[in-house]
Amino acid sequence: MDFKNKSIISIRDMKREEIDYIIKSAEILHENWRNYTNYLSDKILGTLFFEPSTRTRISFETAMKRLGGMVVGFSAPEGSSLAKGENLIDTVRVVENYCDAIVLRHPLEGAARLAAKYVKIPVINAGTGAEEHPTQALLDLYTIFKEKGTIDGLNIALLGDLKYGRTIHSLTYALSNYKVKLTLVSPPLMKIREEIMEDLRNNKIEVKETSNLDDVISEIDVLYVTRIQRERFADPTEYERVKGSYRIELKTLKNAKKDLIIMHPLPRLEEISQEVDYTNHAVYFKQVKYGLIVRMAILLLIFGFEIK
Amino acid sequence: MSEQELRIRKIRNGTVIDHITAGNALNVMKILGLTGKEGLVISVAINVPSSKYGRKDILKIEERELKQDEVNKIILIAPNATINIIKDYQVIDKKRLKLPAELKGFPKCVNPNCITNSGEPVETEFYVIQNEPLRLRCKYCQRVTSQDDIFKQF
Ligand SMILES: Nc1ncnc2c1ncn2[C@@H]1O[C@H](COP(=O)(O)OP(=O)(O)OP(=O)(O)O)[C@@H](O)[C@H]1O
Ligand SMILES: [Mg+2]
Ligand SMILES: [Zn+2]
Repeated sequence: MDFKNKSIISIRDMKREEIDYIIKSAEILHENWRNYTNYLSDKILGTLFFEPSTRTRISFETAMKRLGGMVVGFSAPEGSSLAKGENLIDTVRVVENYCDAIVLRHPLEGAARLAAKYVKIPVINAGTGAEEHPTQALLDLYTIFKEKGTIDGLNIALLGDLKYGRTIHSLTYALSNYKVKLTLVSPPLMKIREEIMEDLRNNKIEVKETSNLDDVISEIDVLYVTRIQRERFADPTEYERVKGSYRIELKTLKNAKKDLIIMHPLPRLEEISQEVDYTNHAVYFKQVKYGLIVRMAILLLIFGFEIK
Repeated sequence: MSEQELRIRKIRNGTVIDHITAGNALNVMKILGLTGKEGLVISVAINVPSSKYGRKDILKIEERELKQDEVNKIILIAPNATINIIKDYQVIDKKRLKLPAELKGFPKCVNPNCITNSGEPVETEFYVIQNEPLRLRCKYCQRVTSQDDIFKQF
């Protein structure tokens, strides 16, 4: 499989074999990444963050530096966006002259695909608009694979704001390549968009929707928790009510399978109680390490290295 | 010619857009920028019986030819339309429209957060994922623009 010079724009573009190949490559790299610390020593990665994102940016920068590469770029200050008034096409055309690949985060949907169209170097989508975040989806799959030894056959629950959660769209699409059962748990107002449901139906994925986690907690193998954002609620008391019923505590997990894993794209606010961190269920901090490995694997692959 | 169609008087030179998806003649007029103020003689038939499609609309415009980009837009709301060129009361040319697999430049993407709606110097691009009713998937943001969304743009 050849990823050399390929852009990573959308999980929709990727076939299962490609996703599996990235997972397999990451798994090999996981064991012996120290053999690769000089591979990218002549490469510069441009990180263009038109929207703030501490975690994803640090993850990419670390991945690049662990492989001996260098990083240039910019990041919009917290709470702001650099996108307004800027012409993205011109920006990437300029940056293309400085670096060997671009990592792009942008508030608008389709921005990474547009950028990739205008430059010859590979573009990695690090989150565009409300929906696409393919490397997050890949690291989520890798986490599930590492923790469970398989993705096929699992019952995976997605909990929280399934309508606006950035990681949800890419993840559901990625999962629909596998033989999984999806359990969607959200407040009625935050149900997954009909368009995504349609994709799931087309891919013949068995989907169960509920607003009550208690109903399904004993059936699931993976619980993927996302944040419920206060801004989404017109009525603050409604937010308080909903927030409470989607908070994971020890008592929430009473009927859970012993080997249930709990994931979270982080940052975690109140949706998972600290006491859960110390259970075997919690893998959200390990997920960060898995993410680093996956991004290292992706960088090696797009720069034309095989991981074996 | 059926009884229903006899209500419309023959035109000497011009264009007859036939087999317009029932109920869409006025949208086709919008695409063509026809308001009636142009002074052209126009006959509109709406929801008339059609042996092929059950019902259809027909638009007959005297002394007006269609430009290719107008034709391309008409396909989007009336994929079965035929365009007949009339010279001296006779049909001298008949074009059946065919929806292409991909579209460029029209319509706009329904998603306000799409990069194509942000002032970047780029045209919209779509895959046609369903013909009737029309559904287009934006190549950039992947969001689906439906027939209704397209109507709202007129
Ligand atoms: N001179 C004219 N003035 C107005 N309308 C006309 C004139 N000549 C033809 N038409 C209309 O143009 C359309 C096409 O005419 P045509 O004679 O090709 O009919 P047809 O054989 O039914 O074609 P089709 O197979 O496309 O339905 C018909 O709706 C007809 O009524
Ligand atoms: Mg006829
Ligand atoms: Zn779009």
